[in-house]
Amino acid sequence: MLDKRMTAADIVGQLSDGMTIGIGGWGPRRKPMALVRELLRSNLKDLTIVAYGGADVGMLCAAGKVKKVVFAFVSLDAIPLEPWFRKAREAGQLEVLEVDEGMFQWGLKAAAFGLPFLPTRVGLGTDLAALGGLKTVTSPYADGETLIAMPALKLDAALIHVNRSDWRGNVQVFGPDVYYDEWFAKAAAKTYVSCEELVDRMEDHYPDDAQFNLFERCFVTGVVELSGGAHPSSMPPHYGWDMKAFKAYSDAAKDPGDWSAVADRFVGASEADYLNSIGGKEAVAALPLPIF
Amino acid sequence: MTDVTLAELCIYAASEAFRGNGEIVATGVGPVPRLGAGLAKLTHTPELMMTDGECYLVEQPVPLGPRNYDDRKKAGYLPFSRFFDSAVWTGRRHAMVTPTQIDRFGQINLSQLGGTHKQPKTQMLGVRGFPGNTIYHPNSFFFPSHTTRVFVEGEVDMVSGVGYNPAKRIAGGNYSGVALKKIITNLCVMDFGGTDNAVRVVSLHPGVTFQDVQAATGFPLEKGDLVETPLPDADALAIIAQLDPHNIRASVIKDNPPAQRVS
Repeated sequence: MLDKRMTAADIVGQLSDGMTIGIGGWGPRRKPMALVRELLRSNLKDLTIVAYGGADVGMLCAAGKVKKVVFAFVSLDAIPLEPWFRKAREAGQLEVLEVDEGMFQWGLKAAAFGLPFLPTRVGLGTDLAALGGLKTVTSPYADGETLIAMPALKLDAALIHVNRSDWRGNVQVFGPDVYYDEWFAKAAAKTYVSCEELVDRMEDHYPDDAQFNLFERCFVTGVVELSGGAHPSSMPPHYGWDMKAFKAYSDAAKDPGDWSAVADRFVGASEADYLNSIGGKEAVAALPLPIF
Repeated sequence: MTDVTLAELCIYAASEAFRGNGEIVATGVGPVPRLGAGLAKLTHTPELMMTDGECYLVEQPVPLGPRNYDDRKKAGYLPFSRFFDSAVWTGRRHAMVTPTQIDRFGQINLSQLGGTHKQPKTQMLGVRGFPGNTIYHPNSFFFPSHTTRVFVEGEVDMVSGVGYNPAKRIAGGNYSGVALKKIITNLCVMDFGGTDNAVRVVSLHPGVTFQDVQAATGFPLEKGDLVETPLPDADALAIIAQLDPHNIRASVIKDNPPAQRVS
């Protein structure tokens, strides 16, 4: 079906308990937070979450949706330690596979190419292999080098937030850094994309920006327009992150420290309610881009 | 020169770690390492490459703190999306970072403290890119507070970066890229030039003794030449001030002490 438009609820309706779900973006940047919020409104559980983690991972852990996390870090940058992830880890409630940032994208690439693993030196000499049960392989060539076999990070679904898409899934992705969104899309059996702007036919609107088509539409299963949908993470060039919102979210992990008491503030009964509570799309659009 | 701060002395020492490194990406994480890399590029090692902290390569190091988003002058592009391909896995980088713990082997920890991996007592960032950084390219370290909590007895709680511990090295692996360079702290400068890459004190900050350093370290240290860490000259101080117009460096070391320790 070439018309891939869906609602956020349709997308979450295609997911099921126990799935492995990849989430694009990086820390507090380019996160498909509106889709994550929709997932938080659902009854889904026992998920394995694969992410360069930020509040997406923290919220899903806080809400008890997560069985296992595959991560290299979970951080909000200016708030280095993601407070809700930290709580879940220190309570011992999560299974984890902790890997290096580079191994992580290597695992996505292995999955994208249908390989069982890709070899790497990374992880040797650290605790990662022993803790993660990672195996080694030996080069069959004259060098005979021992390498870690980074297992494919196969995803049942990936959630990604992009700048533009048409209803066929021709995406355009801007911003100074696109992180590993391309590889989440290719590592997943199904990729669901939310976008700041949905158009009918990309070629009629933005043909001059076709080189920003980060991944081809064969990797896109569903599309939904959710402008402001990365809030409180950043979505350059449209808007920066909302550090005040992250601070409030972070503070709530200490007081009251109970997700069920604050979920309504950070998730809302609907996306419209959520956006209203933070001052609407205009308030999101006015957030300045971060300076590093 | 009595008004030189300890932070400025550390920045100057950090810049020395990047001296003559060639055409590689100098990454300083945190104010002192970042200012050190910038100072190195603007003085003795202009061939260094560096980013604006986001994704663009700049030939003019970007000042710390608030400024306009477009103030950076973009000369090249090195986003995370190709960071491993271009910088890390090709060995074309020298990073200076601040882990939570370091041990006698130069093994570092940024992941967790205490407890078990299933249930850590304190969850920190995660290993981030440390495993790849340490097996592929040179690394140095900066610690604003030199204590036995940082320089631990025994081994770090979770080995997040490769060191010189033979027991941790899986046989047959290629460790030729492991290159731990300098450790700069509020007390001294050290390197890994001791016996079997043991940590060795190479210079002491003014007014600090070897005994002071040893007392703050959880494992035995070796002695290098033990010269006095040099103070930055007026030119270096001017560049540091220009790269840090909001004086963020004053907040790095507790109470922002002078370079000359008063006992």
